[in-house]
Amino acid sequence: METLIEYKMTLDKIIDPTLKKVPKIEVKDVKVWYDNFNAIKGISMDIKPNTVTAFIGPSGCGKSTFLRLFNRMNDYIDGFKLDGKIKINGDNIYKKKINIEVLRKEIGMVFQKPNPFPKSIFDNVAYGLKIQGIKDKKFIAERVEKALKQADLWNEVKDDLKKSALSLSGGQQQRLCIARTLAVEPSIILMDEPTSALDPISTAKIEQLIFELKEKYTIIIVTHNMQQASRISDYTAFFYLGELIEFDKTKKIFTNPEKQQTENYITGRFG
Amino acid sequence: MNSIQKNRLKDQIFKIWGIGCTLFGLVILFFFIGDILIDGIARIDWAFITDLPSRKAEKSGIYTALMGSIWILLLTTVIALPIGIAAGIYLEEYSKKGKLSGLLEINISNLAGVPSIIYGLLGLEVFVRIMSLGASVLAGSLTLSLLILPIVIVATREAIKAVPSSIKDASYALGASKWQTIWHQILPASSGGILTGVILALSRAVGETAPLIVIGALAYVPFAPSNPMDEFSVLPIQIFNWISRPQHGFIENAAAAIIILLLITFVMNGIAVYFRNKWQKKLK
Amino acid sequence: MRRIKEQIIEKSLFSSALITIAVTIGIILVLSVEAVNFFSEVSIIDFFTDTQWTPLFTEKHFGILPLLSGTLLTSLIAISVALPIGLSISIYLSEYAPKSFRKTVKPLLELLAAVPTVVYGFFALIVVTPFLQSIYPSLSGFNSLSAGIVMGIMIIPFVSSISEDALHAVPSSLREASFGMGATKLQTAFKVIVPAASSGIIVSVILAISRAIGETMIVAIAAGQQPRLTLDPTVPVETITAYIVQVSLGDVQHGSLEYRTIFAAGITLFAFTFLLNTISYKIRKKYQEKYE
Repeated sequence: METLIEYKMTLDKIIDPTLKKVPKIEVKDVKVWYDNFNAIKGISMDIKPNTVTAFIGPSGCGKSTFLRLFNRMNDYIDGFKLDGKIKINGDNIYKKKINIEVLRKEIGMVFQKPNPFPKSIFDNVAYGLKIQGIKDKKFIAERVEKALKQADLWNEVKDDLKKSALSLSGGQQQRLCIARTLAVEPSIILMDEPTSALDPISTAKIEQLIFELKEKYTIIIVTHNMQQASRISDYTAFFYLGELIEFDKTKKIFTNPEKQQTENYITGRFG
Repeated sequence: MNSIQKNRLKDQIFKIWGIGCTLFGLVILFFFIGDILIDGIARIDWAFITDLPSRKAEKSGIYTALMGSIWILLLTTVIALPIGIAAGIYLEEYSKKGKLSGLLEINISNLAGVPSIIYGLLGLEVFVRIMSLGASVLAGSLTLSLLILPIVIVATREAIKAVPSSIKDASYALGASKWQTIWHQILPASSGGILTGVILALSRAVGETAPLIVIGALAYVPFAPSNPMDEFSVLPIQIFNWISRPQHGFIENAAAAIIILLLITFVMNGIAVYFRNKWQKKLK
Repeated sequence: MRRIKEQIIEKSLFSSALITIAVTIGIILVLSVEAVNFFSEVSIIDFFTDTQWTPLFTEKHFGILPLLSGTLLTSLIAISVALPIGLSISIYLSEYAPKSFRKTVKPLLELLAAVPTVVYGFFALIVVTPFLQSIYPSLSGFNSLSAGIVMGIMIIPFVSSISEDALHAVPSSLREASFGMGATKLQTAFKVIVPAASSGIIVSVILAISRAIGETMIVAIAAGQQPRLTLDPTVPVETITAYIVQVSLGDVQHGSLEYRTIFAAGITLFAFTFLLNTISYKIRKKYQEKYE
């Protein structure tokens, strides 16, 4: 018990206390280049805590690039350059001194295709804790169970946690990836078309999950599927050719958009 | 220091270690070439290349060994090239998936890993004794041909595999037979890759010492070979012989001969890389 | 007419492929016939238990153990140089290095494997041994240490290149998942990428070991020609391959017992490398299926 408290205390120390509260995201005039290609052409927006924000737009509009700015996943792409500011709780995450590992722990990410590690189910979920140097087995086991329950996967896998994660179905794998993200208790979750590789039933489960998770987390989701955006999000941002065309309450975007381009897209006239 | 800082530090340390290891390999290579150049470059002159071997270090040349190496290189090419390419074509284009092709595949992979000295023992029994070729250029070339056969076959297969199947389909659709398709379309399109593999295999053959010692190639031959049945020496054996002598003059000779051997090896490798790059660009 | 021509061509291509089988059969036949002759004169139990190998002396002993220990000792030293360095290089090149650096350095490193082995032998004897002697004056002029170290340098590219290919083949989505959770590159490399590429890495190591066991010229030049059962890296030893070279350089009568010893030694060497190659082939096949 003592060690458990100790670990929780060290955890709290690791996590920047200002980040611990559900944060506010501010984007100020962000431009992105890949070598000479201008992928994002000056976008500003604020994202509110405890909401689900959907990014929509045709392929190549920059919505995925934009999403991956929040946990600095584009840093590894050759020729990546950024101009402008992204502040999370007032802190510019692109300033020199920022610790990328801490940032990424605070901002979880779920990818387009399920990408479990070729390890056991348990080890997948425990991965984020282990890389932080946590060794307390009881603590890890509790967190794993909690995360799997949150991801609505516990009942399906509780008897074979030692089995390879690759033996799960596609939908289960994606929920495992969500559990893996939840286990480190981030405050923001980025989702890059998380259901595009899944069947309708698995998709419905994940959508239900997103709905439940927003109580505790701020969620940003990129989606190709406009019905999905309208079903699960509070806010929707429409991107086109590297620009933010319109950003408003989802209801407004889907019923009464300001811009003609937005209307054309959501009514399926292009894209 | 908290655990995240520790992890970052470890990450940085490993990065430096990784660069260090990579540079270590390269530095050793350069140091090594530099050291040999210092030891041997002064010894190289026209006479060193054209002189016959001698008891006296300063009078010895590499003429017979160099000629022996060239003979071996040419004969090995003539023997290994057609067989290796033919076998590669068969495995890639004709052989059907089954027990025999599986056996051929595992067999070739195994042959590629057989130590070169074992090929020497095979050559000694089969070519030198049973076929009574003696320790001749021909016996040496046959032995080395078997040694590089797996490399040529694998390179041929890889090169053919890289040819887009659309080329094949187009040829068949025009009514070409299988062999016509291979001869007129697949082989020209894969020639760059095959050439690369063949040159690399031959550069391996030029540097081989052990199998030729085993079949009985001599360290001292008075004359350069004039036909395939002549006795011979090769550069690596000449080098080995000089290294084994105690007098310093021979060490200098060895270093000088190594410069020539490395020059041949590196030029062949360079040509191979050049062809590979050119070919890969063409394929794209 | 055309069909007959096609068939003749196919048959001749097929017979070229069959030559490879003939080579394997030839190797096994040659080695075993001479080895059987050898074992008709020497007890196989002595061969594996006698601790002395002195076929060229008047008092003859035919225990393979000293040659085997020489072979394993030099190979062990080589692999303990090549494994950590080669693996570190492969991880650095695949996970850290900029693309352009990787593209230039990889072929340069592969050049290390293209250098003829007799050249490495020269290096071991003329450069490395004197250098080591300046640190440990009691080191013999011929020893397994410098031969092993130089052999290790030679096989670095076997480990680094093949491992790097395997690491590089791991889907980048796994890297992203790990980075996305706040892992450093080092943690990602060792906890995710290396385990995922483990079969490729194992193959590279087995191939490198097999290459070290069969390597001849470096040990023949720098490790000595004194078969002895020892694990001391500072004294002269003799490997199986070096023994074969030693006999081949001398004037040994065809058909004599001495002549047959090189085949008995050869079949032992062949058995070892054959085993290693088969294992690596099996792993490689399994791992190809996994990724396809």
